[in-house]
Parts: sequence; structure tokens; C-alpha cells
Amino acid sequence: MIKKDAWVSICATILEAGSRADGIPSDTASMPLVMWVSGHLVEDCEIGGEATVRTVTGRIEHGILEQVEQYTNVDYGGYVPELHRISADARAILAGGAAHG
Amino acid sequence: MAKDMSYAAVMGRKNQILMDSLGIDFSKYESGGIAFDYEGVMAATGMTFDDIKQIQLATGVGNTPMLELRNITALARHYAPAGMGARIFIKDEAANPSGSFKDRRAATAVYTAKKLGFKGVAAATSGNYGAAVASQAAKLGLSAIIAQECFDSRKVGQPEILEKTRKCEAFGAEVIQMTVGPELFYKFLTILEETGYFSASLYSPFGISGVETLGSEVALQIREMTGKNPDAVIVTHAGGGNITGTARGLIREGCNAQVVAASVNLKGLHMASNAHFNRKSFTTGHTGFGFPFATWPDRSDMPRNAARPLRYMDRYVLVNQGEVFYMTQLLASLEGLERGPAGNTSLAAAFSLAQEMPQDAVIVVQETEYTGAGKHIQPQLAFAKKSGIDIYFGEPSAEIAGENIVLPEHPGLIVARDVDMSSLRKSLIKNTMQRAGDIVPTDADIEFLAAEIKANAEFVREVLEETRVKTR
Repeated sequence: MIKKDAWVSICATILEAGSRADGIPSDTASMPLVMWVSGHLVEDCEIGGEATVRTVTGRIEHGILEQVEQYTNVDYGGYVPELHRISADARAILAGGAAHG
Repeated sequence: MAKDMSYAAVMGRKNQILMDSLGIDFSKYESGGIAFDYEGVMAATGMTFDDIKQIQLATGVGNTPMLELRNITALARHYAPAGMGARIFIKDEAANPSGSFKDRRAATAVYTAKKLGFKGVAAATSGNYGAAVASQAAKLGLSAIIAQECFDSRKVGQPEILEKTRKCEAFGAEVIQMTVGPELFYKFLTILEETGYFSASLYSPFGISGVETLGSEVALQIREMTGKNPDAVIVTHAGGGNITGTARGLIREGCNAQVVAASVNLKGLHMASNAHFNRKSFTTGHTGFGFPFATWPDRSDMPRNAARPLRYMDRYVLVNQGEVFYMTQLLASLEGLERGPAGNTSLAAAFSLAQEMPQDAVIVVQETEYTGAGKHIQPQLAFAKKSGIDIYFGEPSAEIAGENIVLPEHPGLIVARDVDMSSLRKSLIKNTMQRAGDIVPTDADIEFLAAEIKANAEFVREVLEETRVKTR
């Protein structure tokens, strides 16, 4: 059970698949339009249950409780060898060499 | 009785919701025909250029450094014919509070919201503009809600957009993350109605007039540093606000530099496609926005878009994703500047265009943006590889957006490819006439269309003739 006031993320369907706007590509129209928003839980709720949250602006939103104490996990992705070559080539060219043209 | 919140009902109330949330009645500027009073819309902000400068100064926006890129210029000269290779300068807009030129657009909008007594501001954007609105709202003590198109149907999101979620939340904004689709605007309208917040649209006259200071600073700084006007100013182009505001600022200073738009070529990828959403490595500054907003600006979330790029564009060039990634790495390793991808689209174009210009000419890339986790080229390229995009060194023209990213075999292969301006101009006229229904264009409408595309009335008449539109 997730306790009232916990910082959580909920998920809600805004438009069902098949009720999407006219003219959008079929691969999008065949999917629902889904929203996620974070806030403090208004009442105790289980993960996967119908939850109500109060967002940081004080709005009330309803949806399925999906995550607790979520955060945005962005990073530097990992080693990309191509970037080394770009630097080395450009410096060699400026130094009067002819690496890769 | 409760309001009808169905999609059709809310979209039907669109104009009223937008009028209430912006404080501008656009109908006042309509002629009843094709033309509308564009300068009237721009003046509806009630702010002078000096007012805007003061508003921006008060929150630390603008007056960003102009940097000469001597090593990148030297590299361009290595590939240029003898005597050619213009000096390349870059305006370090990353020095703005939230890390991009978008602070200029947000400053005027959020200031107005505060002045008019709104409790908060809302914007629909997945880009830097959301962070800019959130930052300005934080400074002025207003609430902010940012609606982002964020995920595909598997809840997979571009690292660059997720970083923007993080940044908006860091500034205290509420972020609504949505799956792919233009109906994000429907949710956004319900939020405006529910909260009564100010609509800090990217395309309002508040936003666009805020960019005029950028063009003005470019002209003044280049005169100070080189003793002359810039010969060309390159603007990364998506929705058209950047080029519109910058060009208006240049004109204000009496600077006749050639205004060049540059976009990343994403030919073949559909912007509203769930399957294509994560196959691209650029979330803005690309042709998916650049073409449609140039040829039909009024597709925006405003009754009339204050960003009207073809009024100001002298030339439009495209570069590929691999060329921009390459240039982003050059900026770091040759100039010691780690900056985000947006401005590097015009930098890649400038690297090529400089080679067509003499060495005493000056070419200005008018923005950088911040970079960092998620936005840096390393997570961008790692994400592309994970999404099955093939990355290799080769001939940039072999790049197929959504399938591969071709890094140039050597810097001499970076080429800005021209878009046919005449065909863009014709498209705008045709799009306008398609929506005009039975309206027969008057002389005033023809003059308006000529101004819309930076052409003369004769050109407009010829296109109307071609498309068999009767004129009066």
C-alpha cells in the first residue's frame, strides 16, 4: 500500500484508440493518447489502483498509480567511438596532416 | 451544467479559450478577406522594443556573448577555394538563464501574464521553451504547467525530451507528459480552461517580439567586433519564431545581412507517427516543422501566428543529422565549447556557406543552446544506436532519416543543400487560397501575399494565374 502524500506518477488515457483526431497516421490512431503526471497521493492507494494526486500547481488529477518516488533518469549514454575519430581527424587537418582527407 | 469536455466540444471552444488566456482579440486585425494586419498583431503586445529590453534585462535574459570561431573558420578555409572562407561567429545564447534563446520568448510572455494578474502560465512544448517558461515563472513567482509530447506507445522517450522534463520540474513547473499525437493540444486547452492560466504560446506576438532583441544584439556586436555589418546570419529554423524575431531585430538596426534559414533534413519521417517518433535524433530545428510552418504559419496554436518565416527568409538550406553531430563534436574539440544540438544545425550550414564567401566576409550563427545529460551528442547517438539506427562514416548525402546517421568521412563533405525558395513561396500562396474558399483576392490581398513571401505582387499574380484563381 502506498501511503497518502507519497510522491507518485499516475497514468490516464485521454483519448481511446479509435477516437483519435482525423488525419493522423494509422500507427498513431491505433494507439490510445496517454498522459502521465506526478503529484502527491491524496489517499492511500495500491500500485495499479485508481489514484488521485495533487500536482505541484495544486490541480487534482485521476489515473492509475504507476510509480512511486519517480525521477528523470537521463545520462551520457555510453561510449561512442565515432566522437574520438572526429576530434582526432579535425586536429590533424588543422595541424597540417591529412587524416581521412 | 457541467461543461462538455469531449474532444469535439473543447476544440470547438478553441478560439474563445485562447482569447481568454492571452488577452488579445485577434478578430480586430482581420480584414474579412485574405489579408490581416500583421504589424497590428505585433503591436498588440503594447510593448516597445525598449520595454522588452528592460523586461529581459530584469531577469538576466539577453546580452549574451558573441564568439569568433577561429579554429572552425580555419578548418572551413582548408576546404575553400583560395581567398574564400568567411569568418564564422556564434552568439552564445546558452548563456541565458535556462540555457537557450527561448528565454527571450518566455520573458515577454510571462511578464505580461504577471502584469495582467494571471496566477500561472501554461505552454505546450517538448523543447527548450518549456524550460524557459518554467524559469521565467519561477523568477516572477507564477505557477507553470508544461505539456510535452514525450513518449511513444511503449513509454520510450528521447533522452533530450526527458532532460527537458527534468529541467522544467527543477524550476518548479508541473509537467504533463503525453504520448505522440497532435491532440496534446486538446489536453492543453482543458488545462487552460481549468486553471485560467495565461497561454504562453511560442507563436504569440509576445514571444516573437521577444526575439527581436537577439537580432539587434547580433548587428550591434558584429559592428563593434568587425567594424561592419554581418554579411549573413544563419538561423536554425523550425516553427519560424527564431528567424522572424531575429530578422525583425536586424531590420530595426538597419542591418541588411542575408537571412538564411537552416534545418535538419528529416525527409520521410512523419511527425505525428508513433513508429517514427524515436527514429529521429533531432526533436526540433528540422524539416518536419520547418517546411509546414514556412508554407502555412497559421497551423500554430494561435488564431494568427506572429512567426511568419517567409516574410524574412532570403535563403533556406538543409543539412543532415550526421553533419550536425559532426559539427557539434568539432565545436567541443576545436573551440572548447560543449553546446547542444539546435544552434549547431546552423553552424553546420555556416561551415559550408562560409566556403562560398570571401575571407573578409562575416557569417553569424545566431544561437547556441545548453547541453548536458540527455542532450549531449553522446546520449543522442547511443540512443539512436539502441533504436537500431545505423551510424557510420561516409558520404552525408547517403543519409536516410530514420534508418541511418552518416557522419561525414571528412569535414570537406559537409554541404548545405539549398531548398527551392520559389516553390516554398508558391506553396504558401496555394495554402492560403485553399483556405480562403470563395474569397476573391483584392489588390490589398495581393500586396499582403507579396509581403508574406518577400516577393513582388507580379510573382503573386503569376502564381494565382497558374492556379486559376480569379482576382478583382
